[in-house]
Amino acid sequence: MATYQNIFNRVQVHGEADMGVPLPEGIWDRTKARFSRLLGIFGEAQVGPTYLGTTGLLSLLFGIAAFEIIGLNMWASVGWDPVQFFRLLPWLALEPPGPEWGLRIPPLNQGGWWLLAGAFLTLSIMLWWVRMYRRATELGLGTHVAWAFASAIWLYLVLGFIRPVLMGSWSEAVPFGIFPHLDWTTAFSLRYGNLLYNPFHMLSITFLYGSVLLFAMHGATIIASGNYGSHREIEQIVDRGTAAERGALFWRWTMGFNATFESIHRWAWWFAVLTTLTGGIGILLTGTVVDNWYQWGLEHGFVPVYPDQSSGVDPGAAP
Amino acid sequence: MMTTTHKVIVLAAMGTLLTACERPPIETEQSGYRGTAMVDVSNPRAPEAEQGYPAALPAAPASGPKAGEVYQNVQVLGDLSVAQFTRLMTSMTAWVSPEQGCNYCHNPANLASDDVYTKVVSRRMIEMTQHINESWSDHVGGNGVNCYTCHRGNNVPEYIWFSEGMSAFGNLNFAGWRDGQNMPNAMVGYTSLPSDAYTDFLTKTEGNAPIRLASAEAFSGPELGLSIKDAEYTYGLMTSWSQSLGVNCTFCHNTRAFQNWEQSTPQRITAHHGLNMVRDLNANYLIPLGPEYPENRLGEELGDAPKAYCATCHQGVNKPLGGADAVSAYPSLGAAP
Repeated sequence: MATYQNIFNRVQVHGEADMGVPLPEGIWDRTKARFSRLLGIFGEAQVGPTYLGTTGLLSLLFGIAAFEIIGLNMWASVGWDPVQFFRLLPWLALEPPGPEWGLRIPPLNQGGWWLLAGAFLTLSIMLWWVRMYRRATELGLGTHVAWAFASAIWLYLVLGFIRPVLMGSWSEAVPFGIFPHLDWTTAFSLRYGNLLYNPFHMLSITFLYGSVLLFAMHGATIIASGNYGSHREIEQIVDRGTAAERGALFWRWTMGFNATFESIHRWAWWFAVLTTLTGGIGILLTGTVVDNWYQWGLEHGFVPVYPDQSSGVDPGAAP
Repeated sequence: MMTTTHKVIVLAAMGTLLTACERPPIETEQSGYRGTAMVDVSNPRAPEAEQGYPAALPAAPASGPKAGEVYQNVQVLGDLSVAQFTRLMTSMTAWVSPEQGCNYCHNPANLASDDVYTKVVSRRMIEMTQHINESWSDHVGGNGVNCYTCHRGNNVPEYIWFSEGMSAFGNLNFAGWRDGQNMPNAMVGYTSLPSDAYTDFLTKTEGNAPIRLASAEAFSGPELGLSIKDAEYTYGLMTSWSQSLGVNCTFCHNTRAFQNWEQSTPQRITAHHGLNMVRDLNANYLIPLGPEYPENRLGEELGDAPKAYCATCHQGVNKPLGGADAVSAYPSLGAAP
């Protein structure tokens, strides 16, 4: 059994596919289940059954439309040369309209494609959210996954829709592209006096890195107490066993405090949700309320002051 | 299980990904207050930059008849003695046209003739050199410049630029608009930033696009009016600047507050004067020369005159030619007042 608990499962045993709990028939059939030896190396070998449904199908269609608009615009930008498309792909992008358009709708090839791709992608994401919510309630689950996804959607909407609308210009939004969206991020920080002094950006980073740390701590705790039955994590939430007790004691010894087998999951959920929730607030306040985060930090006394290094005179200032 | 072939392929792929990187160790030298990460980074294995100017010819006597009296059509340098004038002409040939010799600029049948366009351009370049040395000591210091600072033995300096037209905007039919960016371009360090980060900033002495992005106050409202796209142009210009001098951002800035002069290094003030110098040279010397050039010297797309930017003199080092003295052997090229 010990080998079965590794990431790379060398032993794969399966019988009939598990079709899940009986549920009322949906309007669509569920797909059949298959087995994949490759996926079985990393986790569960069974693939499916999946249920696409109306929202799932529409979400996929809008998502594909957005993906195609972005990809074909990138391809067109290198004159439809397939070799250059792959060679230059990291540099290519679909750009939002220029500032001269404000919130008006520009011609397709001056940002109109960007608006269309953004609208389709947003529809696709929203429909996927509805699907996620509905599947969870159908199965009698809580809707925690849907609400966590909603937090990520919040940041996406702030960056691409809410903040541009408040600023009065689509040009404030992020381009669809690999390097271009990274250069956009730096330009955004340069324009608003260093985003690292934005307290909501600080919170977002704290929760992001905190999520990673919590995930590593939790994963390590469960694997490390595997010999004592921690793989039966759900049972140990309600009926604490020696694995849970040893794990808890380990953390009390090393840092004086422990989460419980249940609360660690609430910790992780909130850290993940707060990453994009606080991040979205930070972006939303930038340019709409605060114009220079470095100056804001100075006024609020958390920017250290260093000895002057030069005369400090702006040679471009009027005499 | 991974076969040996797989492993070789994966290792080769990883190696290929790293070929654009410079291998460590990299040397760093602290240049600002501790804790600010202000360091100058250099690669000790980088090829050595060119140092110093070619040896100057022995000084010529100032006595004897003046060049302006002896020769015809001498509009600049006419106050030099014939010996001094000949010495400078010989030096210029070595700096700019070592292979073609005098005839690169002169009609051999009549040296005074302005038939050859390069002679007209050279005359204006001499005036430009004098202007730099006399009026821009804030930037070039006492070392000054001469023809070799930019030309380095080439007819046309290696680092010049032309404006980009609609080609920078990608496919203009139906789809594929790039908005002047998103294509690797050496001028902006192969980033996806706007590739013509010069025309809007470096062609006029007044009324250029604003470079400064950040508001002075935490809450200053929308009066600045600069968009993220404007910020990308400044970012492109600064990337080009950094590449031209072979330095990183912290050579001039404390990057926690790029806009703040009190925390910037003294080099930023020198750079500021350099910016205004380049604008002056482009607007008053280089762009007006446009009608003199034959077609093959003009920009392919817009037919504009070749223009200067930081790299034209600096060529990848923060002090051109190691900060060597360019003018004391050639007082006729001007000196700081």
